[in-house]
Amino acid sequence: MKGLPPVLITAIVLVAGFVLCALQFPNIASTRVVGNLLTDNAFLGIVATGMTFVIISGGIDLSVGSVIGFTTVFVALAIERWGMPPLVAFVAILALSAAFGAAMGAIIHVFDLPPFIVTLAGMFLARGASFLLSTESVPITAPVYSTVSDFAFRMPGGGRLTAIAIIMLTIVIGGVLLLRLTRFGANVYALGGGRATASLMGVAVGKMTVKIYMLSSLLAGIAGIVFSFYTSAGYSLSAVGVELDSIAAVVIGGTLLTGGQGSVIGTFLGVLIQGMIQTYINFDGTLSSWWTKIATGVLLFAFIALQQGLVALARRPVAKRAGAVS
Amino acid sequence: MENSLGPAPSLLEVRGISKSFGAVRALQEVDFTLRAGEIHALLGENGAGKSTLIKVITGVFPRDAGVVRLGDEEVATRSAKAALQAGIATVYQEVNLLPNLSVAQNLFLDRQPMRFGIVREGEMRRRAKALLTEFGLDIDVAAPLGSYSVAIQHVTAIARAVDLSARVLILDEPTASLDRHEVEILFGIMRQLARRGIGIVFVSHFLDQVYEISDRITVLRNGRLVGERETASLPRLELIRMMLGRELAETTGARAAANDHPPREICASFENYGKTGYVAPFNLELRHGEVVGLAGLLGSGRTETARLVFGAERADGGQAKVDGASLRLQSPRDGVRHGFGYCPEERKTDGVVAELTVRENIVLALQAKRGLHRPLSRREQDELARRYVKMLDIRPPDAERPVGLLSGGNQQKVLLARWLATAPRLLVLDEPTRGIDVGAHAEIIRLIRELCDDGLALLVISSELDEIVTYSDRVVVLRDRAHVEELSGEAIDVTNILAAIAADGAAMQEARA
Ligand SMILES: Nc1ncnc2c1ncn2[C@@H]1O[C@H](COP(=O)(O)OP(=O)(O)OP(=O)(O)O)[C@@H](O)[C@H]1O
Ligand SMILES: [Mg+2]
Repeated sequence: MKGLPPVLITAIVLVAGFVLCALQFPNIASTRVVGNLLTDNAFLGIVATGMTFVIISGGIDLSVGSVIGFTTVFVALAIERWGMPPLVAFVAILALSAAFGAAMGAIIHVFDLPPFIVTLAGMFLARGASFLLSTESVPITAPVYSTVSDFAFRMPGGGRLTAIAIIMLTIVIGGVLLLRLTRFGANVYALGGGRATASLMGVAVGKMTVKIYMLSSLLAGIAGIVFSFYTSAGYSLSAVGVELDSIAAVVIGGTLLTGGQGSVIGTFLGVLIQGMIQTYINFDGTLSSWWTKIATGVLLFAFIALQQGLVALARRPVAKRAGAVS
Repeated sequence: MENSLGPAPSLLEVRGISKSFGAVRALQEVDFTLRAGEIHALLGENGAGKSTLIKVITGVFPRDAGVVRLGDEEVATRSAKAALQAGIATVYQEVNLLPNLSVAQNLFLDRQPMRFGIVREGEMRRRAKALLTEFGLDIDVAAPLGSYSVAIQHVTAIARAVDLSARVLILDEPTASLDRHEVEILFGIMRQLARRGIGIVFVSHFLDQVYEISDRITVLRNGRLVGERETASLPRLELIRMMLGRELAETTGARAAANDHPPREICASFENYGKTGYVAPFNLELRHGEVVGLAGLLGSGRTETARLVFGAERADGGQAKVDGASLRLQSPRDGVRHGFGYCPEERKTDGVVAELTVRENIVLALQAKRGLHRPLSRREQDELARRYVKMLDIRPPDAERPVGLLSGGNQQKVLLARWLATAPRLLVLDEPTRGIDVGAHAEIIRLIRELCDDGLALLVISSELDEIVTYSDRVVVLRDRAHVEELSGEAIDVTNILAAIAADGAAMQEARA
């Protein structure tokens, strides 16, 4: 598993971009801006971590944006209207979203359907369900919300490392460890290398598929909770298109869209790059925020072209036969 | 390994297995018995049902009828995982490993050494290294498997299965991409396992190997059981008759009157041709109507030479000429344009397109050569397909069947047909008889001679020295990525080739032992 070269390129792009931004707006190079960047993109970092697992395993999960939307509405209603204690509401929604992901994974495996179709259906289902719950924005006034929103570590230079940023960083680190160090992680790569082959080698492909989509949906649920902390509201139209942002982050992070190769660190860097572009546009002030999308699009093209190049290189038989005979 | 206290207890019993794929009855009422501690060869022509039987035993294919008993228990294996857990480890014919994972991960997938829920990477690599050392392989186990040659991938797959085999080890054509030396190592390990009481099923088309290693032989033909015999008491001709259901035309003996001809015209020549770090510069002349054999150990630069000649790899020095005119040979397209054909050894990755039909696969290269604006009419395609299906005896003789559903050997024939269809002037064949049964094997050797008599220039790579000796007019021997010797005429025999392969006499003796 040599995920390194693409990740290195992502890191170089990030550093180079950051230096360029800082040359133009010296204020960008401050812990304050970096802290905000982490906070603003916390939910994206969390879903993109889950998406990384799905894509490495050779799948895709289009439902995550809708799951985030559903989660915010559910949490808001549960706390504000149904009188659930926030913690209970969190546990309930996480259980629900995990079950939702598990169901999608099971359908994908049992009926041998393309993940694209199944999760597309999941996307409509979750978005529709959140409209059923409420069509308008529901503000959340529970005290936990203000406590959590206000909580932050002060960093030198005046920046704030907020609770939701910490949650995101924890999940990213957890994701890195899960993918790199465990049997589960190795099996994720195995599935991406070839489902039939992995199955012949004794990997329980069905169980793995269920677990991977469950993980993705669970993380989308957590991202939804984080999003509700971020906006202090639940709204059925929130996080529309986030599935695409997270796929973009994964690909920019050097993960192969066809599966089998990639890393969570790369995805994290991909999220930071998107956040950096956003920050630059905010600093500039004259550019429309849609430039973020355009810049992301250009970057995506560049990275996909780069990956194709690397893949083509890797396909060439390398002269490594010498070890075969003495 | 015959037990003097009477026959060893049967370990794996298969009774009355039937399996159909749609209208194709791949297996009909097949019985098979594997005893503890025996090496049991499972033989039959291409498409006889060997691989299917194996996959039914390990639960990859659900069976239509029959029972499988392991020891005293009936096993209702439903998945490869269940079979592994029951102690049946298998190397399937289409070597199944994951190119994107490291060698070590491939060896220990789903059974990595763990501590506190974490894979012990260092320990895993150490064990992987130790395991491969037994197979004479010293490679970086942290590198992705896909960066190694097919042969090394194959050894890795075998090592994995050997390490996993608790009671039964099944090897479906394991020696197809191994060289002599590696085969010796594998046989050593198989004998050792058998002595420990493990039952081994061995599928191969190399009858020499079957006689060398197996205790018992089961023969299948057209999905039916022909019989089970002790290897020691089954004469080779009788075995071939069991497999083919008929006598085999005589195939051996050197090429008739090869040197009576006047010197033939040069078709293509290569001067000081080579690529740094790939193959040392070599001189090679290929003449119309002549077969040049490339001999050498695995990794000696045979395939590399072939790729350079075809243009699949760019040379960084020297000159290539066709019919006296020097030519640019920078890509396979250039090669095809000049009438070169190349049949690679990696059937699965460089070869057939599994989803396309036999006909579509056969016309692929010809169509590419003609260009897209001159499509072959359906009638021409049908005609070509019919001709080659008949000529190479591709079975089942159905040109509209997806190639992926053919048995391994028949896929190989389709690949050969593809290049023959382009009517090349120079054809490079990399291990053309790998995985092909005795009947078709003779056919292909006969075909090679015929093609040659039609004026084709052939460059053939083979690890079967007997075979090379049979059809070559000249033999180029390679060692350590350099051409070290060229033999022609009377000088072509197995002993001389071996002497050239082995730098010194000692290595030669070892190879022959
Ligand atoms: N998945 C499949 N679908 C349909 N037909 C199949 C499938 N697999 C095998 N067959 C057919 O079953 C028959 C037996 O094939 P099998 O692969 O078992 O042959 P084999 O004895 O292993 O031959 P070989 O020596 O060429 O590997 C062949 O006619 C083949 O075309
Ligand atoms: Mg087979």
